[in-house]
Amino acid sequence: MNEDGHWLTLLGRLDLHAFPLVRAWEDPTVSELIGAFAGALVVVGAVGLVALLTWKRWWRPLFRDWLTSLDHKKIGIMYVVLAGVMLSRALVEAVLMRAQQSLAVDAPGIVAPEHFAQLFSTHGTIMIFFMAMPFLTGLINYVVPLQIGARDVAFPLLNSISLMLTAGGAGLVMLSLAVGEFSTGGWSGYPPYTGKAFQPGVGPDYWIWAVTLASLGTTLSGINIAATIYKKRCPGLHLTRMPLFCWTSLCTAILMIFATPPLTVATALLALDRYLDFHFFTNDLGGNMMNYVNLFWLFGHPEVYILILPAFGVFSEVISAFSSKELYGYKSLAAATMAIGVLSFTVWLHHFFTMGQSASVNAAFGIATMTISIPTGVKIYNWIWTMFRGEVRFTAPMLFALAFIVTFVLGGLTGIMLAIPPIDYVVHNTVFLVAHFHNMLIPGLLYGMIAGYMYWFPKAFGFRLSEVWGKVAFACWVSGFYLAFMPLYVLGLGGMARRSQALFEPDYRPWLIVAACGAVLLLSGLVSLFVQLFVSVRDRDANRVPVGDPWDARGLEWSVAAPPPEYNFATIPRVDRLDPFYWRKERGEAYRTPSRYEDIVMPKESWVGPLVGLAAAACAFGLVWHIGWLSLVGFLGIWIPVVARSFVRDIHRTIPAAEVEAAERLWLERAHRVRPVPRERETEPANLGLARPFPSEVTA
Amino acid sequence: MIAPAQGPQLRHVGLNLLDSDEMEPGEAATGLYGFWLFLMSDAILFALLFAIYGTQVAATAGAPGPQETLKLGPTFIETLILLTSSLTFGLAAIALKYDKGRRGLVLWLCVTLALGIAFLGFELSDLRTMISDGATPNRSGFLSAFFALVPTHGLHVAAGCLWIGVMLTQIAVFGTDARVKLNLLKLGLFWHLLDIVWIAIFSVVYLQGASA
Repeated sequence: MNEDGHWLTLLGRLDLHAFPLVRAWEDPTVSELIGAFAGALVVVGAVGLVALLTWKRWWRPLFRDWLTSLDHKKIGIMYVVLAGVMLSRALVEAVLMRAQQSLAVDAPGIVAPEHFAQLFSTHGTIMIFFMAMPFLTGLINYVVPLQIGARDVAFPLLNSISLMLTAGGAGLVMLSLAVGEFSTGGWSGYPPYTGKAFQPGVGPDYWIWAVTLASLGTTLSGINIAATIYKKRCPGLHLTRMPLFCWTSLCTAILMIFATPPLTVATALLALDRYLDFHFFTNDLGGNMMNYVNLFWLFGHPEVYILILPAFGVFSEVISAFSSKELYGYKSLAAATMAIGVLSFTVWLHHFFTMGQSASVNAAFGIATMTISIPTGVKIYNWIWTMFRGEVRFTAPMLFALAFIVTFVLGGLTGIMLAIPPIDYVVHNTVFLVAHFHNMLIPGLLYGMIAGYMYWFPKAFGFRLSEVWGKVAFACWVSGFYLAFMPLYVLGLGGMARRSQALFEPDYRPWLIVAACGAVLLLSGLVSLFVQLFVSVRDRDANRVPVGDPWDARGLEWSVAAPPPEYNFATIPRVDRLDPFYWRKERGEAYRTPSRYEDIVMPKESWVGPLVGLAAAACAFGLVWHIGWLSLVGFLGIWIPVVARSFVRDIHRTIPAAEVEAAERLWLERAHRVRPVPRERETEPANLGLARPFPSEVTA
Repeated sequence: MIAPAQGPQLRHVGLNLLDSDEMEPGEAATGLYGFWLFLMSDAILFALLFAIYGTQVAATAGAPGPQETLKLGPTFIETLILLTSSLTFGLAAIALKYDKGRRGLVLWLCVTLALGIAFLGFELSDLRTMISDGATPNRSGFLSAFFALVPTHGLHVAAGCLWIGVMLTQIAVFGTDARVKLNLLKLGLFWHLLDIVWIAIFSVVYLQGASA
């Protein structure tokens, strides 16, 4: 057993050929050079970051104010930053894949088959686990405690650990660019192809451990979010008075708790197959790969709703705020959300209709799948009726919401088609499917996340984002989506297999070129988002909204300053109905000085989260490269800080009442001094975070 | 948060932690609730391993099957040991609630720890016998599923034993302050869950294997 001998050596099976620069030196093809360039980019990026932090002397603030912070708001922001970084990489990969396919009709193109397979594997893995999941977890983290009148989540330290585990997994995927290679088995990593017999290298191991870290982080996040919503709501905030975003977050959290363990089991058993020669999913000796497929999709389908439900919540908030109307059919929306949550566990088999079940089993799951469109349809009508006769303003988040409604319905229709097993037999494994799920996830996740980011950004940072660049981004993301994915429907019906590195049908070429142009537009959408951020930070003084309610919105999160103080609420609010802040404003009861202030106890910073994340990543890296000592050190490094922490008793910090009062008084004085703008002019610099209905109150 | 009219006695969590000055109101209840959620996800993990075992039990691929490898005798002793350890943990919890001193608590925790270690000893010796008889996980789907399910439970018991050790140290350092009490409650839930899982393992794996 030559391979096992690696475990005791210093570097395991790590050698010079692990480095893409060495591989490109020995075999300078375009494909290897692209790989080397990407690897070099990671190294240069990391070195540049270190240099910048050192030069600006940002190391201390980075650790003191951010990485060790247990403040749910900062943790939320870090999640979103992580999502932004990973989105950039995965989108560039998407453009590269579209470029390859448009060039590779009867030609080799620019990327070798193995490299292409790594591209679609990392693209999917990153987009799901390291873009979508951190993005939505970040938004939930930031917004939910503010919406339910809490000062933090239920378990602030666990929150930090979840973030750092996810970041560790993301770091591992990034590292795979510079050291070694990634899996070629797609984001779903089906064995036996990802087993040792077919991929003995490190690729699937990177995938296994990155996904395992992410899934552990997600399970812990789910526990935290659910406990927060069930246990930390302020007095009077019954479940049926929660903002809809809280409902969708709750449902997402429940799905995380129940649906992520199957993924953890799937990756762990696959690891046992690969590392210890077990036979769960192998072709021989009683292995059964169908077990993997069932486990994976037992996670994978609820995962779809983990991804989509928070976006539904965002759209509910955005549409209600920018229509200045209470959500139409609030209770039916909440009920539809929970119904989707339950149904999401009944449909996983539709991901493999073609893998050998009887026709009646397929029919049952096909019908269950179509059933999901009923609660979803309810939601669509609710949003439309919310806008009806509302005071609709077409701000950038609202535009994303509108584009979502139209595009998502379209994707839903193709979903109904795929839910019919005979149709699925015809188009499965073609780009029709690729078009379908991008048609669900780009509007149903990404548009929602972008809308939420733009909607709550002024709350988080105290200034509005550039509206012009927001609309440019909107135009790119929407037109780019249609150009990139409508051709794939045509190509899929024309029989083009997904994940093809090269194609041999000249008729595909025009469609592929259109799709490649769409991908470039999507990339421009991302660039526009970064430009928007840059421009807005530059012009922040002209766009400040210190009072904190720039959209004349409805939930408790708008009832505090922007950015909110560390403790969120100087006094814990009491709630007597849905949309409490809106009605408080209507009754002229907003911005009242509380009768008394109290000392506020907040959690102290902790190093446990970053240490656990780093140790977990080190342990995983050791396992990938069969470096025994590193795995062991990493494993101990995960548990020692956790145990040591249980011996620390001084974990709280008290903010004295006088300090709270001073800050609150400053903010309230400003709120009373500032002239409200009519909400039609909410995007103008005159808006200092106080928008009012037009015209009665303002002109009077 | 709690409506004050409900009163603390309706929301007790087994110990009178709500009136403690050492914790924020509701912190104990929230902490235990979160731990229940964790146990649910852990239970799903075991449920899936059972499902895998169920589908693989016939996949012996020429290697020793359940009848040749699984022995009822030692596992029956293991069952008795683990069930007794749940009882002794219960006695520790009662001592924590009613006894003023710590002697009863520490004593019962030590007994529980000893029983946990004894259980692990028996199980390890079982597994070693299996491996020396050639029933190794790399030989068949059945043995793979067995070696995923039963040792995962064993790892949980080992983690529980370490946790008892940590709690004994904390009792020595802090006495029984609110956080120690809360952690003991969580540890108790964890320990009892492992008992339930073991009952399922004994029934599904061993009783079924021997009678087949």
